[in-house]
Amino acid sequence: MITLLKKEFILELRRQSVIAGLTVYLLSTTFVCYITFTLKGSTLSPVVWSSLFWITVLFTSIHSIAKSFIGEKRGTDIYLYSLLDPHLIILSKIIYNFLLCVLLSIACMGLFMLFFGNPVEDVWLFVFVIVLAALGFSASLTMLSGIAARANNSGIVMPVLSFPIIISVLLLVIKITKNCIDGLDRSVSQQDLITLVAINCLVAALSYILFPYIWRS
Amino acid sequence: MRSSWWKILSVLLLLYTFIGGLLMYVPRLDIVNETIRILYFHVPMWFGMISLFAASTWYAIRYLRNPGTFNDIYSVQLANVGFAYGMLGILTGMVWAKYAWGSWWHGDPKQNGAAITLLVYSAFFVLRASIENEDQRARLSAIYNIFAFIAMIPLLFIIPRMQDSLHPGSGGNPGFNMYDLDNSMKTVFYPACIGWILLGFWIASLRIRFRLIEEKYSLS
Repeated sequence: MITLLKKEFILELRRQSVIAGLTVYLLSTTFVCYITFTLKGSTLSPVVWSSLFWITVLFTSIHSIAKSFIGEKRGTDIYLYSLLDPHLIILSKIIYNFLLCVLLSIACMGLFMLFFGNPVEDVWLFVFVIVLAALGFSASLTMLSGIAARANNSGIVMPVLSFPIIISVLLLVIKITKNCIDGLDRSVSQQDLITLVAINCLVAALSYILFPYIWRS
Repeated sequence: MRSSWWKILSVLLLLYTFIGGLLMYVPRLDIVNETIRILYFHVPMWFGMISLFAASTWYAIRYLRNPGTFNDIYSVQLANVGFAYGMLGILTGMVWAKYAWGSWWHGDPKQNGAAITLLVYSAFFVLRASIENEDQRARLSAIYNIFAFIAMIPLLFIIPRMQDSLHPGSGGNPGFNMYDLDNSMKTVFYPACIGWILLGFWIASLRIRFRLIEEKYSLS
């Protein structure tokens, strides 16, 4: 499993174009938002800030996770299939994607604070929410990219499959973000946080159970 | 005749629903007025949709345990009818919202949840359309079916309870059983639910039989 994780990292470092591509993707998205929303010197209201932020994170995550199976070469999966337990593969992919998502979201947060200013009062809770959201995104999207990779036009199928599933995570996350921005006491968000963790566990368990069936095909 | 008792029951219950639902006494309320009768037609659609989707997921699980076109056909046709029920539910809900809330689409958590459910199953059909290999199509769509159905549970049953809503029965708005002091509406509502659910399964079973016959003749 650790070797698998290592393999993911080495591959990623070797394909520097992907990381560079994602970074530039993030940069240009943020910049487009900046240009379009601050026309004539208007500033963003906190609510718009949080929704823009999460939309950017969502799209970046979908793009970065989609390639975890779609980008794989034809022979690799057969090779891994003959060697390893599929549970290990999905776990290592989820962990890897989780780290990638956290990294990208934190970078996105930095960019947003740079361009749009920082409306968030409770930064540490916000970072915690980002980590939880990254966990939810990676747990469900990794699995879905495994499905989409086997469909014909996987580029289109991937977002179509993932949007409706990810909405429940997104709704909760936006709600908690609003609390962070308003600087409310942490006990206010407690219930939402627990629900979010529960949803993450549910989705991760589902991926873990169902993935071997994808792998067999 | 013996095995079709539930179809006869469905027809009788629905006849009763239409006659009783449109003619019998309902509580007089402000704003809602006679539109309260939508209860007999709108709410059973959701019960029907949920039970059809649950049955579809059940057959998806059976497919994964025991791959065979049989289970796949069951699963897909149940999902098809469930989708139609969901569309009807959303349309009847929109008509009601126009009269009671003043706009077709109100952005209410329940409306949004229903829309997302339909999106999930649209994605399910898109996925099926984009895989050519039949075994693979059946297997992947079964996996997505299970995944989506279970991931939808928090969306439909937990999150809406945590938000304010205009929808009757949530967000401090009383549901119908608060107004329904003499239980007159329940006498139509419960039979209506059972009748609509049975009708859904009847339609699905016809579609399944049709597909099975098609399958048989395409092979020979």
